[in-house]
Amino acid sequence: MTEFIQTLVSGLSLGSIYALIALGYTMVYGIAKMLNFAHGDIIMVGAYSVISTVALSTNIPGIVAVVVSIVVCAVLGVTIEFLAYRPLRKAPSLSVLITAIGVSYLLQNLALLIFGSQQKSFHLDFFDAIKPIYIGDVLINGITLITLVVTILIMIALTIFINGTRMGKAMRAVSEDKEAAELMGISVNKTITVTFAIGSILAAVASVFYGGAYKYIKPTTGSMPGIKAFTAAVFGGIGSIPGAMLGGVLLGVIEQFAKAYISTLWSDAIVFLVLVIVLVVKPTGLLGKKISEKV
Amino acid sequence: MKTSFAKRFFSRNAVTVYLLVAFYVLVSVLLYGGGLSRQLYYMAVPLSCYIVLAVSLNLVVGLLGELSLGHAGFMSVGLFSGCLLSIKLSTVLPIAVSLPISMIVGGLLAAVIGLLVGLPALRLKGDYLAIVTLGCGEIIKNVITNLDVTGGALGLNTLPIYSDPETLLPFGILLVFITVIVMMNLKNSRHGRAITAIRDNRIAAEASGVNVTYYKLLVFVLAAFFAGMAGVLYGHAFSNVKATTFDYNMSIEILVIVVLGGMGSVRGSIIAAILLRTLPELLREVSDYRMLAYSVLLIAIMLLNASPKFVELKGRWTLKNVLAFFKKKKTASAVEKGE
Repeated sequence: MTEFIQTLVSGLSLGSIYALIALGYTMVYGIAKMLNFAHGDIIMVGAYSVISTVALSTNIPGIVAVVVSIVVCAVLGVTIEFLAYRPLRKAPSLSVLITAIGVSYLLQNLALLIFGSQQKSFHLDFFDAIKPIYIGDVLINGITLITLVVTILIMIALTIFINGTRMGKAMRAVSEDKEAAELMGISVNKTITVTFAIGSILAAVASVFYGGAYKYIKPTTGSMPGIKAFTAAVFGGIGSIPGAMLGGVLLGVIEQFAKAYISTLWSDAIVFLVLVIVLVVKPTGLLGKKISEKV
Repeated sequence: MKTSFAKRFFSRNAVTVYLLVAFYVLVSVLLYGGGLSRQLYYMAVPLSCYIVLAVSLNLVVGLLGELSLGHAGFMSVGLFSGCLLSIKLSTVLPIAVSLPISMIVGGLLAAVIGLLVGLPALRLKGDYLAIVTLGCGEIIKNVITNLDVTGGALGLNTLPIYSDPETLLPFGILLVFITVIVMMNLKNSRHGRAITAIRDNRIAAEASGVNVTYYKLLVFVLAAFFAGMAGVLYGHAFSNVKATTFDYNMSIEILVIVVLGGMGSVRGSIIAAILLRTLPELLREVSDYRMLAYSVLLIAIMLLNASPKFVELKGRWTLKNVLAFFKKKKTASAVEKGE
């Protein structure tokens, strides 16, 4: 039983990292109708900005580095959208996809040039500040605890933002019908910019937790969690915000259980197998809207 | 009167055939004459594999209009099964016999997997199908990495069947020509039109009596078959192959070739495959900036293609228009003089 709960906790922690990244994918998809393949690499940039800030001087607190990373990622996300994706707003979706892949390669290779291919250790002071706690026999690490608490807070805040504010309403309107939203006086471009900024901020936060969980980063760090989070977003129903949260958490839990109870080697295959089965049974993901076909 | 098949095919696809023949004559002369640099020498056979991969993926993405991100998975199935067979056969048969046999067997096995992956394609579409094909590719990679018979994480030792580019190039050329001929014929046939009809409007196609299930599966099976065959050849060109090489990144690389070459265009896929595979090798001088330049180029091409001014400019520069332009110049100047 202890092992079960322990696995569940680590699964929830990994799942909440996936969920944070998946939110970026799903929001961008919902509003700009594009698969932002470069999203995973924003995580990598976020992680490198954190360690570069910490390396500047010995007395920089970790939280400052996190804020710097958030700002860097938000600016980067908005810049990428402005330079690379905005000119393609009316282009076929595959050209946008290839551009996103190009941006992803670009970020990875820039990081490779600047930081080298060696992996770098990732550590922040506040990881140790919170002592591990025991609930019964279940050990919860400081970083796991922070990840869970912060993710839950972010999700609550995001839900309030989407449902309660004018900007959130505008986002929902744009994702529903771009032209109609524009006619109602909503600036589509501004809304998309804000979406990219929010997605990148979530990626920056995820990068801190990811780095904290895996302790090392390298230029290709972002690609695997990126792909997993993309999977999670589709799993939950792409375009749906609660779907991304659910998909991310489920994916993390499934992965950890597969690792603990079946085999570490087969965990990726099991995760993707579950995904394929779910999608075949429910073609628009867990919480995705059913698309009716007009004839 | 019915013209012969070969004549009809040639008259339709003359430019592509000439292009391919010219390319391979050049490659053969350079390869057998020893005029290729080390990198390009070893590139000749993998490049042929990439052409086959791109042309076959174009069938799924360009003709059927479904995004597939698992093409490297099919290739990997063919590669490992075909190479294992080839290693067994190599002790008793010469390569000229064992390679075609293993290519066909590898292709058939890949086709079976293609059928399995094609089944979800009947229910899913768009990005959902893309993620399922990506997932299937990752599952294939994971399974092959964890099997003992394929050498596990260390990779399969293909040294016993490793052959130099001089031996393999004829097979590469043959495979490319077979693939191109099959694809171009399919494109211009009743079946090809049925497939494009499904792409453009599935419901209308179904209402007109096109068997959507059959054609969707056919496309996946065919594409996987050729990818598998290319995989077997690819395996022979290296002394060690790892399943982890054939992950989604490689699938994406093939997809990039297809999109840059133009959706549904066989000729475009061939040209893009040649350019995109050799360009990074030529840029080796600036090796650190090689991939950086590649990514910038990729973004630039996409942005240029989307800008209306460039498209208008490009539209004018077809072979016909260039010829017409020179002719017109003469007539125009004559007219001017007359007035």
